[in-house]
Amino acid sequence: MEGQLAHIGAGIAGLGTGIAALGVGNVAANFLSGALRNPSAAASQTATLFIGIAFAEALGIFSFLVALLLMFAV
Amino acid sequence: MATETNGAETGGLEFHPMDQFIVSPLFSDDASVAWYTITNATFWMALAVLATFAMLVLGSARRSVVPGRMQSVAELAYGFIHKMVEDICGKEGLKFFPYIMTLFMFIVMANFLGLIPTAFTPTAHFSVTVVLALAVFITVTVVGFVKNGAAFLSLFWVSSAPLALRPVLAIIELISYFVRPVSHSIRLAGNVMAGHAVIKVFAGFAAIAVISPVSVLAITAMYGLEVLVAFIQAYVFTILTCVYLKDALHPAH
Repeated sequence: MEGQLAHIGAGIAGLGTGIAALGVGNVAANFLSGALRNPSAAASQTATLFIGIAFAEALGIFSFLVALLLMFAV
Repeated sequence: MATETNGAETGGLEFHPMDQFIVSPLFSDDASVAWYTITNATFWMALAVLATFAMLVLGSARRSVVPGRMQSVAELAYGFIHKMVEDICGKEGLKFFPYIMTLFMFIVMANFLGLIPTAFTPTAHFSVTVVLALAVFITVTVVGFVKNGAAFLSLFWVSSAPLALRPVLAIIELISYFVRPVSHSIRLAGNVMAGHAVIKVFAGFAAIAVISPVSVLAITAMYGLEVLVAFIQAYVFTILTCVYLKDALHPAH
């Protein structure tokens, strides 16, 4: 029973990766809409884009980690 | 994260997506690992170092005016990281360029070598990435205090905020400072491990005849994505190192 509950919990934790995908998409979409308005400034901001994506994605990776822990370590 | 257990006992499927991360000794059948045992992790890390050496040192040894393939890739990598450090940390950050270049080349080589089928990926292990991230964290803290003295603490005291908010912000800044090595290491290992595990999961589906064409296509697509991720995660790790270093060199907000 507890093992099954852990699997359900892992599934719920997996939702977090999808929500992080929303965040990453949001960063990229806003970058693109800004870049299309001012293409000359876009190239200098790609580093910022990747930093933003990395921060948004890290939290999704955390929930993936929780899912893994529930699957294999609990 | 070498988990010996897998989902097979509880689930019904016969594939073990996490088995590719098990650390095992190379030269003995005994599964026990001591600190001096040469394991597959040791081997692939050594290979990453050798590959870096071969590309950068041997590639640029001839110093031809018109660079060959190896030399142009080596020059491209050098120039790319040099520009990144200079853009983010400024001129005085260039003192740390050798360290950041070493980090980048090691991670990118380990990631790419890990993409070879049946290879082992050291960067998918938290034991590897936590050491890298802790080294960056300790370097940044030491450099910050040596360079600025107690003024480094102004990193936590946001002077542009209203006075009433500053203690609250200080606590948040303090927490975010100490969470840095955690997120820094988990981001790299998590991304690499997730990608490799996903490929293995699709590989498990290939055994079912009806969906095996879809599975093969999915493996191909995921592999392409993984090539991208291997580079981008090395890039992100390096760029965050630069950002943290910039905080140490110029702590004022």
